[in-house]
Amino acid sequence: MAKSLEYIRLDKFPHVWCPGCGIGIVMGSIIRAVDKMEINKNDVVMVSGIGCSGRMPGYCDFNTLHTTHGRALSFATGIKLANPKFKVITVMGDGDALAIGGNHLIHAARRNIDILAIIINNWIYGMTGGQYSPTTPLGSFATTAPYGQVEPPFDVLKLIKGSGASYIARGTVYHIRELDKLISGGLQKKGFAVVEVISQCPTSFGRRNKMGSAVEMMKRQKEETVPVKKAEKMSKEELKGKIVRGLFLDEERDEYTERYEKLIAKAKEVHQK
Amino acid sequence: MSKARIMSGNEAVVEGALVAGVRFFGGYPITPSSEIAEVLSRLLPQVGGKFIQMEDELSSVGAIVGASLAGIKSMTATSGPGFSLMQENMGLAFMAEVPCVIVDVQRGGPSTGLPTKVSQSDVMQVRWGRHGDQNVIALVPSSVRESFDLIIDCVNLAEEYRMPVVLLLDEVISHMREKVILPEKDEIKVIERKKPPKGQEKYFPYEITEDAIPPMANFGEGYRYHVTGLTHDETGFPTSDPEKINQVMRRLYQKIEKHKEEIIKVEEKYTEDAEIAIFAYGSVARSAYSAVKEAREKGIKVGLMRPIILWPFPYKKVSDLANKVKRIIVPEMNMGQIIAEVKKVSFGKVKVEGVNRIDGELITPSEIMAKIEEVS
Repeated sequence: MAKSLEYIRLDKFPHVWCPGCGIGIVMGSIIRAVDKMEINKNDVVMVSGIGCSGRMPGYCDFNTLHTTHGRALSFATGIKLANPKFKVITVMGDGDALAIGGNHLIHAARRNIDILAIIINNWIYGMTGGQYSPTTPLGSFATTAPYGQVEPPFDVLKLIKGSGASYIARGTVYHIRELDKLISGGLQKKGFAVVEVISQCPTSFGRRNKMGSAVEMMKRQKEETVPVKKAEKMSKEELKGKIVRGLFLDEERDEYTERYEKLIAKAKEVHQK
Repeated sequence: MSKARIMSGNEAVVEGALVAGVRFFGGYPITPSSEIAEVLSRLLPQVGGKFIQMEDELSSVGAIVGASLAGIKSMTATSGPGFSLMQENMGLAFMAEVPCVIVDVQRGGPSTGLPTKVSQSDVMQVRWGRHGDQNVIALVPSSVRESFDLIIDCVNLAEEYRMPVVLLLDEVISHMREKVILPEKDEIKVIERKKPPKGQEKYFPYEITEDAIPPMANFGEGYRYHVTGLTHDETGFPTSDPEKINQVMRRLYQKIEKHKEEIIKVEEKYTEDAEIAIFAYGSVARSAYSAVKEAREKGIKVGLMRPIILWPFPYKKVSDLANKVKRIIVPEMNMGQIIAEVKKVSFGKVKVEGVNRIDGELITPSEIMAKIEEVS
């Protein structure tokens, strides 16, 4: 814990997050991953969009950039391509990454640019007061779904897989040791890595859907998720209502900025001829 | 480099950008600006620079702002519809004070409008396209050679004032080929961003300095500062303290206000004894100059004032002009956008009249001449 404090801008506390919010747990996990890899803080850039998750960079002692809603990955792409020495981490929420930022997400995955993209999925737009997001489950209530959500949600990981990332994982803020491993793996991966983190928003989602306290919401994360290995042995019927968590993809693929360096070498060669 | 060449305005923009030190381009294809991206995709990697075709114009500005924070001079190019999409992240670049250059080759609008035809319809979009108050810098070349010179000025101004700077091209300038003789490299001044003094321990990215331009450290240089589109104090962190908001936002506005006399650039021809003045910019200024010469031959005392930098607007110069002439004519390829700025400082002094075209065709010297004869 004391080690983690070296990565936190303590003078910016207290933070803006509600009591029981899971975002701080994700922040701790990211910090432990950076510490484990012994990356120089000066070489880390943390980029966020808008929303509750967007405030995380403000509390982390890295080069930090809080951008516009949904656009974190486009700024991150510019940073990484301009100077590939940076370790770039983007932190986004479900509305941020999948609605307004959906296009940037699939294209960052397609390029396979070396960025770790954390998507904190709490099923709702928290900061604006609880409107439904692209992951809000069918039938759930939100301020803009007073009769229950009528739109089916995204399966985030299938979307990313279809777009072409190198590393895809899903964890929860309840399974913290596992989350540490998944985030650390994503950070070490050379290529586009996505870690979706199931988190709770007791204020804007739990309350409206009668899910109880943050603790009770975290208990659901324990009860309603199954590890990917176990899920492989389960029938469709048994998997109904369950969320599968763990490592879904870990592949070696050509990374974008490395490909670009080769392109530069080729262009220089052509130019000299 | 000094031999005569034939090139288009878009090609001149590329040449100038490279000389000014641009090494990153993030853009999205759009007529009539696409040649800028095409040529840069070939030339940038040859000098170790980076070119990326982004998924849209929103991310194009995101990418160039990111690259600039990483310490690389960066730019994009677009046209009206794309420029509309860029307003969002341009706003962040203004707020976070990140140098970058946006080239907008104007075409007719609204919406898809006239993709291949000439227009000057973004002269107000560049000024007021984003929410919130901010001063802007926009340059308006009249020729291919000037496109080369002014893109260099754009890059320099962006670095000097820590902000996005816009080159507003008329489609006809971007696609027209002209003979140009470019200056030698050592004749060109290239400005780099002001950095915090070496060894400085504490760094405030939005420090209130006397010149209102805070020094800018790049990411990775050890300061680990915070950049946000939220209203922030001098440390870069969000604030809701009215006193600090006022201080920081006024400083942001003052950045240009304080230096506008140094920035403003206007060319005048035959205005000393003029009774009628034409105020024209971009390609229209060339038709206007032809008309001025023709009128002078006929014995009509006409002069031309041509802003080379449209924003900040040369209010003082136009006001002085309005004090000495009897009429001002403002020809422009829109329904009358800049004429309103001219009227602001001419009101009660002199009658101001427009010549306007929005049909995708150029304003000809004879149309301006007809107006001169009508009012003389």
